[in-house]
Amino acid sequence: MLALGFFAPRFAAETAPTVFIALAVLTVVFGVGVVVVGRRRSSPAETVEAVQTTVETVGTTSVRERLAKARATMSGAIATALTRSSITDETWDELEESLLRADLGVATTTRVLQPLRGLVASKKITEPSQLVATLKDEMRGQLDKGPRKLNFDDSLQAPNIWLVVGVNGAGKTTTIGKLGAQQRKLGRSVLMAAGDTFRAAAGDQLQTWAQRSGSDFVRGAQGGDPSSVIFDGVARATAKKIDLVLADTAGRLQNNSNLMEELAKVRRVADKGEGKVTEVLLVIDATTGQNGLTQAVQFSEATQVTGVVLTKLDGSSKGGIVFAIESELGIPIKLVGLGETIDDLVEFDADEFVDALFV
Amino acid sequence: MFENLSDRLGGVLKGLRNRGRLTAADVEEVLLEVRTALLEADVNVAVVRDVIDKIRQNSVGATASTALNPGQQVIKIVNDQLVAMLGGETLKITYAGQPPTVVLLAGLQGSGKTTSAAKLAGWFKSQGRQPLLVGADLQRPAAVEQLRVLGAQLNVPVFSEPGDPVATAKSGLAEAKRIGRDVLIVDTAGRLAIDAEMMQQVKEISSAVQPKFTFLVVDAMTGQDAVTVAQAFDSTLSIDGVIMSKLDGDARGGAALSVKHVLGKPIAFASTGEKLDAFEQFHPDRMASRILGMGDMLTLIEQAEKVFEKEKAEVAAAKMLEGEFTLEDFLEQLQQLKKMGSLQSVMGMMPGVPKELKNAEIPDDQLKRTEAIIFSMTPQERAKPELINGSRRVRISKGSGTTVADVNRLVKQFGEMKKMMKQMGNKGGRGGKGSKMGGVNDDLAAALGSRLGPR
Repeated sequence: MLALGFFAPRFAAETAPTVFIALAVLTVVFGVGVVVVGRRRSSPAETVEAVQTTVETVGTTSVRERLAKARATMSGAIATALTRSSITDETWDELEESLLRADLGVATTTRVLQPLRGLVASKKITEPSQLVATLKDEMRGQLDKGPRKLNFDDSLQAPNIWLVVGVNGAGKTTTIGKLGAQQRKLGRSVLMAAGDTFRAAAGDQLQTWAQRSGSDFVRGAQGGDPSSVIFDGVARATAKKIDLVLADTAGRLQNNSNLMEELAKVRRVADKGEGKVTEVLLVIDATTGQNGLTQAVQFSEATQVTGVVLTKLDGSSKGGIVFAIESELGIPIKLVGLGETIDDLVEFDADEFVDALFV
Repeated sequence: MFENLSDRLGGVLKGLRNRGRLTAADVEEVLLEVRTALLEADVNVAVVRDVIDKIRQNSVGATASTALNPGQQVIKIVNDQLVAMLGGETLKITYAGQPPTVVLLAGLQGSGKTTSAAKLAGWFKSQGRQPLLVGADLQRPAAVEQLRVLGAQLNVPVFSEPGDPVATAKSGLAEAKRIGRDVLIVDTAGRLAIDAEMMQQVKEISSAVQPKFTFLVVDAMTGQDAVTVAQAFDSTLSIDGVIMSKLDGDARGGAALSVKHVLGKPIAFASTGEKLDAFEQFHPDRMASRILGMGDMLTLIEQAEKVFEKEKAEVAAAKMLEGEFTLEDFLEQLQQLKKMGSLQSVMGMMPGVPKELKNAEIPDDQLKRTEAIIFSMTPQERAKPELINGSRRVRISKGSGTTVADVNRLVKQFGEMKKMMKQMGNKGGRGGKGSKMGGVNDDLAAALGSRLGPR
């Protein structure tokens, strides 16, 4: 109540009646029965069902190699920590700072450092380099939440559907463009469905990618129903015996409940036709801070996310929030975007990612 | 997902509620919580350090206030500090003596430049100017097409030509002069701050059009790296101000504080929604409480203001305080409330609501059921719920497809609410209307807190 008590006087004169009424109405409604049906589902790791997966080979560029360029000029607090001869309070501060700077977040940072404090206290670890190595091992060990291969069910007599979701500007359309081109190279036939009917010219953007990669393309009217665009896409793909439908969706902020409901519907409708959703990819921009965790929770709830695509990792951001997403929510990171060309979308490598966090 | 500062401080301050003054040790404990809150809001680590130092200095010198308890005092100090750091000099939009006034937008990929360019054009139009948009993002497929569609929606012309972005920008400037537009807004491709070649290109665009204002577009969800990015763009382009995009999300938006702090340049505009007019000048005070996780109350107020018709609400509030509020009035207000979105989101915005309740699933059909019950009542019953006897209850429950227990509960809760409101009306009745409302707000909040608290 502190917050309201503190802020109320300022707004009282102008806005009190409206808020007052809103609050009063709520008391009655909730009084009528706050029916707690149950906690929100929080098992985002739950995958679409076990499907027979085949190995997906995506780009082969080494993440480390690509990141080396970005990070060459950077020297973190970790470098200072490693120059010390023993583990001091400063060492811990430096470790903490380097994790926080990588966007791991306070809770996750505390969680990964905690067990190490015991090891240092009991003199099992005495050298800073040993400490950092153990920390890395520990962190790698936590990135073990399921297969990173993209689910493609060969036995399916209908198209596999990969649905791509995320907030505005995360890089969904570009990811589909690259993913489609790679799948074409693997010999699969691909149809791209422009489920982003909201953003102006998003369909045109995807169409360009479809043309470049020789994929089929389905779009609807601007402002039309995204579910039906994707449903049509699946129907067309089924008729033409196309292997894979890549379904784009409009970017949306996860606190916009109407748009999240719309997305949940897209997910349900996509499964209604002949095809089957075998992958729901949440695209997260590497510059994203702590809000990424909320994104993962909310999008999973709406669409049962099966994997994360971390985009724009070729910049100076480290994308540490996905460590929290995989280690705490259990959603595996599947792909990493490292640049603007088609080959710049590569399979996530936990070892290289953890190393890069500390560079 | 994250606790707000007041919840967070709750535990620490419980022990000192009744003491008038904070000791140095209290302050340190409190600062630790403030630090965590700022980090969870994505304020850069180095900036957090500076903020905490300043707050420490201010707290030590602060004298005990009789009006505020220690907790409120701390929050006030923190809040004031953030407002001071976020605000300061505001950006004054002035116009070039020789039109057009050129505005250049730059930023990372996906930060929201194209949408911001269009929204900014709309803003200039609302200021009585005649903008021309230039699409110099020739990189992303269909970026220019996107700008054209948005321009058409705003009835603002858009210029672009394929080939070289620098040349396009230059031609755009010539075009603005030719057709007599007095503001030129140049949208550029997203680029990484560490991409030397692309940074060179945007520098060339800048020298070609000589912008009066260069804005960096920063996504409100940006994490720690916001500082690095802002510095890099500033050293290349000499930024005049920042546009925060996607502020309609639920990110705390600490990036705003980080960027403001390291650049010392004002945050000029905030983009707050999907619609093209959801673009406004930046409010440092709202941002401060948002970073501290206490902006939800403001959002609730804003949303309530948007959907509730103020006069009707005032009449209803007055009736409530007089104890003359009927179920008919209630129904009307309930229907207004429905426009605010799902109950879940409204609950999420209410301060003091326990976390368990915020995360609990509240079926929106609860509202429908409440409505259905009232719909099944006669006008007389709605005006005088005390008329509702046993047989009427059965009829109402049958009519609304609910149970007698549901009807009972509604009638009972309504009665209690009415009583509560009336008591408040009596208590606050001495002051003028405005002050009465203020008091009521507090009391109601307290009452709500206890009602919604764990039972």
